[in-house]
Amino acid sequence: MAFLEMKGVTKCFKSVTANCDVSLSVEKGEVHALLGENGAGKSTLMNILYGMYDQSEGEIFLNGNKVHIKDTKQAIELGIGMVHQHFMLIPALTVIENVILGLKENKMVLDLNIAAEKFKEMAKKYNMEIDPWTRVENLSVGQQQRLEILKALYRNAELLILDEPTAVLTPQEVVGLFDMVRKLTSEGHTVIFISHKLAEIMEICDRCTILRQGRVVATVAVKDVKNREELASLMVGKNVELVTRKKEATVGEEILKVEKLCAINQDKHPVLTDVTFSLHAGEILGICGVDGNGQSEMVKCITGLHKIKSGKYFIKSVECTHDTPKKVLKHKVAHIPEDRHRMGMIKNMNIEENLILMCYDQLPFSRHGILNWKWIDKHSEEICKTYNIKTPSIKEMAGNLSGGNQQKFVVGRELDRDPDLLIAVHPSRGLDIGATKYIQSRIVEERDKGTAVLLVSTELDELLELSDRILVMYRGKVMGIVDQKAATREYLGKLMAGITDI
Amino acid sequence: MIDGITSFLASDIRTATPILIAALGLVFSERAGIVNIGTEGLMLIGALMGVIGSLLSGSVLVGAIVAIAVTMFFSLVFAFFIITVRADQTVVGTAINIFASGLTITLNRVVFGVSTSVPKIDVFDRVAIPVLSKIPVIGEAFFNQSIPVYLAFLAVPAGWFVLQKTNIGLKLRAVGEHPKACDTVGINVLKTRYQAVLFSGLMAGLAGAFVSMGQLSFFTEGMVAGRGFMALAAVVFGNYTPVGVMFAALLFGAGEALQYRLQAANTGIPYQFLVMLPYLITVVAICMMTRRSNKPAASAVPYSKE
Repeated sequence: MAFLEMKGVTKCFKSVTANCDVSLSVEKGEVHALLGENGAGKSTLMNILYGMYDQSEGEIFLNGNKVHIKDTKQAIELGIGMVHQHFMLIPALTVIENVILGLKENKMVLDLNIAAEKFKEMAKKYNMEIDPWTRVENLSVGQQQRLEILKALYRNAELLILDEPTAVLTPQEVVGLFDMVRKLTSEGHTVIFISHKLAEIMEICDRCTILRQGRVVATVAVKDVKNREELASLMVGKNVELVTRKKEATVGEEILKVEKLCAINQDKHPVLTDVTFSLHAGEILGICGVDGNGQSEMVKCITGLHKIKSGKYFIKSVECTHDTPKKVLKHKVAHIPEDRHRMGMIKNMNIEENLILMCYDQLPFSRHGILNWKWIDKHSEEICKTYNIKTPSIKEMAGNLSGGNQQKFVVGRELDRDPDLLIAVHPSRGLDIGATKYIQSRIVEERDKGTAVLLVSTELDELLELSDRILVMYRGKVMGIVDQKAATREYLGKLMAGITDI
Repeated sequence: MIDGITSFLASDIRTATPILIAALGLVFSERAGIVNIGTEGLMLIGALMGVIGSLLSGSVLVGAIVAIAVTMFFSLVFAFFIITVRADQTVVGTAINIFASGLTITLNRVVFGVSTSVPKIDVFDRVAIPVLSKIPVIGEAFFNQSIPVYLAFLAVPAGWFVLQKTNIGLKLRAVGEHPKACDTVGINVLKTRYQAVLFSGLMAGLAGAFVSMGQLSFFTEGMVAGRGFMALAAVVFGNYTPVGVMFAALLFGAGEALQYRLQAANTGIPYQFLVMLPYLITVVAICMMTRRSNKPAASAVPYSKE
């Protein structure tokens, strides 16, 4: 008898079916992967199990008993714990307050000291040192994740759901997480591991259930899987090539030169310290680092969106240090921003309006302040065709497109301006394999045409595959610039964690 | 001179009391993520209902209970719109203020007519605390006040304790910071927020009743005169803590107390300028206060599961 059994689970949101007749069977003590692309319904299914959503149809059995999980409270009582992709911790509260928040056995007047003792003991058992009295906002991302797991264990979770747990971790932290997962299963806990990273599934999981468009495609034992490609083709539904091919770089003149760039944030803390590098035509410089180590600020500085405190930068030998974004763009700079919804597009405007955001005031888009819609229509149609954007029409609201198509038109808009410098930040974040490969190959194409490319990503695989050189950032500083051929995951991982004495 | 200080302190404490009571209620709702801009209106309703209750029953206690019951009812309506319907808090709060202004004017004229003679009602009397009230200078100011004044100041440490040391306080603070996280640990976010709004309504009712039956002894139209808004300002100025709110209320109250003194002192300044004083102090204080470390992250954001 399986430990957890979900049978025929269906969940609809208004008109969208997120899960359709999904059946899942998990054995006690195993690590069971839930694999699928974005929007395949992995998180929805787990949110149903955790009582966040009510299923429209279907049954859930735990230890052979039929259960109806109507809220999270009940899920917790049944021994289910979930670590969400976006942590459910309250930064302004202390660690111990977060741990005991909402516990049923809490008395009217809280005794935090006893709870802290119990928590410390538990943390020690899993080799984790977390001060129960510090505020959560002072913890690193890795610590927060461990706290989330401990929080679930404190509630006596037997079944632990980890939703994309490695997305925010450095390679070293991933190793630590996997050790913990192994320890948990050896103690009889069961783990459901949601991911779309194939290598991780191959490493840590016993079995894997693959979801595609809300339906179960297959459940396979990981040891029977030959290679990553096999899992990938199950996930996507067709054969996929996981490697983007590229030829040797032919490096040209220096396009971007950054000298001792320093910047501070709103709280007056330094976010960039003496960042220096140069970028040449025809090469891809990958910027590597855990999210929030200054990559985003660096790009904002170079594109005129963040004030530079000291230092300079030059585009094609012209100093642009204090230029406005508009002036920077005039130097043939294209920018695929980090968050397409907030910076890359305007959801409530249609595609063609989005496509002219940068050039509406230039010929032939407009003349004397009057837009030439006829020409814009024609031009927009062309971009949609060239960049393979699937949309009912160019008058469609940008927000109605899928993430992949949104990113494609952002990429299309930027590359259409025939840039000399392309700054791409997380270009494939949140995209499925097909769209990711498409966008990556476009970036490589652009490099082969002689564009200088600055590629910021948190995905090591992407960086290793596309970059010619890789610059590692840690706490706003450049830890080192490594040639792609010499770079290994381990080496980059150490630099990402701020370790230099290697 | 000493007498002057004593009477100024006494007057400050009295004028600070309604602001303090309302602001203590607001600390709880604000911490839970709700900006109850309708406090002004609720206080106004409380002021009138207190007088009606006291007049009909002959007891100020009954008056206060009526005031609280009615404002809690209106808070429930407010809570329904902003928590369940997820309407904009500012819009609904403003609606409550406008509604309260019209309602109290109408009811006042229906119940009491447009006569100039004021019926005598039972009000909050001063209760001198034995021994303590005999302390020189401060005794008279601190320990010869009416019951709501004592309650308000005792509620400061009590409020701190509830907020920081109890389960419900932890839940309240958590709900205002990250409601979704609360949902994942099984806390009923909506229920917690309802409780917070109802408590702030209770306090607004008591504050209103104190304005009409503690500071004065009858109802006049628009008599709350911005004290609800000053309470909102006190919460921000006091950095969302009961103790901070107490100092803010005392500061704003001092403005009002000073204004009375200056009017009486015949300084030659037109009284219209003097009346501005408490509001001016409030505005300046709020502008100076830029550090809002305790402001909840999910302030004024409605919560829904999906």
